[in-house]
Amino acid sequence: MADHYHENCQALLGSLSEYIDGELPPNLCEEIEKHLEGCENCRVVLNTTKRTIDLVRVEPAREPIPDDVRERLFLRLNLDDFLEQKK
Amino acid sequence: MSDSTTQEFSLEALRSGDRAEFARVMDAYSAPIYRLGLKMLGSQQDAEDVLQNTFLNALTHLKDFEGRSSLSTWLYRIASNEALMLIRRKKNTVNLDDFHSEETEDVPLPEVFVDWTALPEDELLSGEGKNALDAAVNKLPESLRMVFVLRDIEGVSIRDTAEILNLTETNVKTRLLRARMFLRERLSTYYGERLAPKERTNG
Repeated sequence: MADHYHENCQALLGSLSEYIDGELPPNLCEEIEKHLEGCENCRVVLNTTKRTIDLVRVEPAREPIPDDVRERLFLRLNLDDFLEQKK
Repeated sequence: MSDSTTQEFSLEALRSGDRAEFARVMDAYSAPIYRLGLKMLGSQQDAEDVLQNTFLNALTHLKDFEGRSSLSTWLYRIASNEALMLIRRKKNTVNLDDFHSEETEDVPLPEVFVDWTALPEDELLSGEGKNALDAAVNKLPESLRMVFVLRDIEGVSIRDTAEILNLTETNVKTRLLRARMFLRERLSTYYGERLAPKERTNG
């Protein structure tokens, strides 16, 4: 499959992150989109990379630290008199 | 740990030793710092060490913090150093010179072209799928994982990630791309096998 890698595909690969993050100028985006139209493997690479990033971003769930970890942190810093002030 | 959080704290109060204000900073920033420790070291005990050492260090050096970078950037910088030092101590293999070396721009070419994006989210994020993702993240070399954790898990900008890790923005971008491609390849291999069970060897 790696034989598939033409110059255009390699160029796209180099800009993939920035394309996903929306950091490329419009003319480069257009070029990439034109290439994607005709290149299924690159479309798969783009979509699976996007999905990978999405999954990782969903994952942390923005949880607070466990109560016992917080308690030991405050004790270690001698700030345990502020343990109750949790917002 | 967004920059908007930083605005809520009084640097003046912090520098003059206001303990209540410092306690508020700890409550605001302990979750992302603990997560960074967990992702980098892989154990709750080590993550707790990173967390405690980061704030002990911050408390000691607050008077020197001039506010040129945001409070979150400053704390992340301390935390990432603590994590790297702990990794180095534990493994005795990673050194900080390696971490800061400019590597080649080469990004490994993708080899698996299975489209698994239509799999339902609960399958991707449930038990086995989540384990596959965690395992892939744990396999990332530290120099890539640190960039990936800051940028993709915590949502820190490229510019701030570069400042936190004392790398160039180009270097951060290259590492981020390599990390993402590494994870994509691993997940694609994993889901490729699940989507085509007939092709599996039976041992």
